[in-house]
Amino acid sequence: MPRLVSHPEEAIVLKRRWGQGAADIDKYIALDGYKAVQNAIAKGMEAMPGWIIDTMKASGLRGRGGAGFPTGMKWSFVPKTSPKPKYVLVNGDESEPGTCKDHVIFREDPHSVVEGTMIAGLAIGAKMGFIYLRGEYRYLLNIVEKAVADAYAKGFLGKNIFGVEGLDFDIVTQTGAGAYEVGEESALMESLEGKRGVPRIKPPFPAVVGLYGGPTVINNAETIASAPHILLMGGPEYAALGSERNGGTRLFGISGHVERPGVYELPMGYSLRKAIYEVGGGIKGGKQLKAVVPGGASCPVLRADEIDVGLDFDQMGKAGTMLGSGGIVVLDETVSIVEFALRTIKFYQHESCGWCIPCREGTDWIKKTLTRVYLDGGQKKDIDNVQYLAENMMGRTFCPLGDAAAMPTLGFVKKFRKEFEDYIEGKKAGTPLMTTESEHELAGAAH
Amino acid sequence: MSIITNSIFSPELAARFDKLVTLYPVKRSALIPMLLYAQDEVGYISEAVVQEIAKRLDLFDLDVRSVLSYYSMLRTKPAGKFNIQVCTNISCMLRGGYEILDHCKAKLGIGHKQVTPDGHFSLEEVECIGACCWAPAMQVNYDFHEELTPAKVDEVLADYASRKAGK
Repeated sequence: MPRLVSHPEEAIVLKRRWGQGAADIDKYIALDGYKAVQNAIAKGMEAMPGWIIDTMKASGLRGRGGAGFPTGMKWSFVPKTSPKPKYVLVNGDESEPGTCKDHVIFREDPHSVVEGTMIAGLAIGAKMGFIYLRGEYRYLLNIVEKAVADAYAKGFLGKNIFGVEGLDFDIVTQTGAGAYEVGEESALMESLEGKRGVPRIKPPFPAVVGLYGGPTVINNAETIASAPHILLMGGPEYAALGSERNGGTRLFGISGHVERPGVYELPMGYSLRKAIYEVGGGIKGGKQLKAVVPGGASCPVLRADEIDVGLDFDQMGKAGTMLGSGGIVVLDETVSIVEFALRTIKFYQHESCGWCIPCREGTDWIKKTLTRVYLDGGQKKDIDNVQYLAENMMGRTFCPLGDAAAMPTLGFVKKFRKEFEDYIEGKKAGTPLMTTESEHELAGAAH
Repeated sequence: MSIITNSIFSPELAARFDKLVTLYPVKRSALIPMLLYAQDEVGYISEAVVQEIAKRLDLFDLDVRSVLSYYSMLRTKPAGKFNIQVCTNISCMLRGGYEILDHCKAKLGIGHKQVTPDGHFSLEEVECIGACCWAPAMQVNYDFHEELTPAKVDEVLADYASRKAGK
C-alpha cells in the first residue's frame, strides 16, 4: 500500500481528502464532494459551460500529464455543436518512470476523478466519459469502478443526473494491458477503440476529431481531479497558489536517493532545491547529490549545480529541461550516469511501439551503442553517434515518445560527456547497480 | 443469456462479457479488457480464447491476435499461479531493484519469464509499475509489494508459497 507522507511546506488542495476514507461516497460527500458539479449545474444549462471554462481558464491550471497545456483553453477548443457525440477521456495510464501520483489519487480520492470527469463533460457538452487506467492498476480499477457504481446508485450518473431533466452523463471505466505508449493521447484513443496502441497523426486534434471520430477532451487524471477543487475555491484563488502562468499546486513524486520519498503537493514554482533537501529530507545516507531527473524519465537531467530553479513549466523550460509529470528522481554521487543513461534508453527501446522508424530504430541503436560502451567495448566516437542518433529522432515521429527517448539521452551525453569519455578509457565513476546476470541480458538485448 | 453457446468461460465471466460489449459506442472497445479478464481466468490467451473473443466482437481471429501481441501483460503461454513482476526501472533501480530481482531469481531458481517446475511461481523483470515513491517494488499478479528488502521478499514469497492457488 502506498505510504502517505506530509510536510509542512505542502500546499494542500488535491490531497485534502487523502487518508480519510474518501473512496467511500458518503465520506466524499461529507467532505464537500459532488458539490462543485452541483454548483455548476445550478448556474443553469445556458450559463454552465461558459462558467466552468472561464473558471478553469482563470485558475491557470495546466495539464498535469506532462505537456502543460492550459486546461480551460483545451476545453474551449471543443466545438459547441457536433454531428458526432463528444467524449471525455481521462488518462490514468500512468507509466512515465518516476511517476506514481495518479496511483495515490485513484486510491485515496477516486470520486474526485469521477466528479472531474462529469465537470469536463458538462463543460464541453459530452454525455459520456471514459476513465482509462493502466492494466497494472487492477486494484485501483476496482476502487474506481466501485466509485462509479456508487455515483450511479445516488443518481449522480446516468439519466437525469442530480434530478435535472434531460441532463445525462455516463462513465465507463477501462483497463489497459501493459503499454507505455498508450499514455500518449492519440494512442490512448486507439487502445480504447480496441486496437494496437499506435499514435495518430495530428492535426486533426482530438478536440475536433477524437474518440470514435467525435470531439474529445483528453486530460490526465490529476488534471481532472483538480477541476472540482478549482470550481469550489474559485479560479483566481487557485491560480494565486502557484507562480506566473502556472496556476495552483501539483503533486510531485520524489523518489530515488532521498531520505523521505513520497508524493507531496507543492505550489507551482516551488524551489527544486527545497523539494529535494527539505521536503524530500535531503540525500539518503548523508551522501552528495549528483544529478536530478526532474519530471519523469523523459526529462533532461539537471546537474547538482542546476537545482536552483522553480518547479513550473516555464522555469524548467528555461533551465533546459521539463516539469513533465512531476516525478523527481534524485541521483546521489554513487550513480554511474553511463549506466543510468543505458537503463533509461533500455526502457524507451522496450516501449517504442514501432510505428515510426526514427523512434523504433533510434532507440534500438542508442541502446546497442550504450550497451557496448557499458560492457567496455566502447570507443569515443560512440558518444557522438549516440548524440547523432538522438538528434535525428527529435521531432520526426507521430508522437512524443521519440522525443521522450532522445531528450534524456542528449541530456546525459551533453552534461556528463566527460564521464562517458572517462568510462571508455576505463575510469568508471559510480557503483554499478545492474547486476552481472542482467549484463548478459543486455548484451543479448533480450528483454 | 450469452450470445455464445458452449462458451469456454465461466458463466460469471461470460455474463460479464455480454454486458461489457454493450457499454461502448463500438463493441470492439471491449477487446483489451476482455483479453485481460479472460487471461485472469484461463491463465493465458489460448487459441480458444482468441476465437471466442473474436466471435463475441465480430472480429477476425487475426484482429485479436494483432492486438494481443502489442500489450506486454498479455501472454500466449501459461505463467505461474503467482507471477512475480519485479520493477528495475530508474526509481526502483536506485533503491535496489536489481538486488530484489536477483534475490527472486536465486530464491525461485528461475530467470526472466520462466516458470517453476511445479507451476506455482513465474518471474518477470518489468518496467515501471507506478510505485516509484515506495521503491523498490514488485507485483505478484495484481498485488503490489513495496519498500522491499531481500528479507521482506522472503516473507512475501513464503506467504504465496503456502497458498494453494488463486489470484
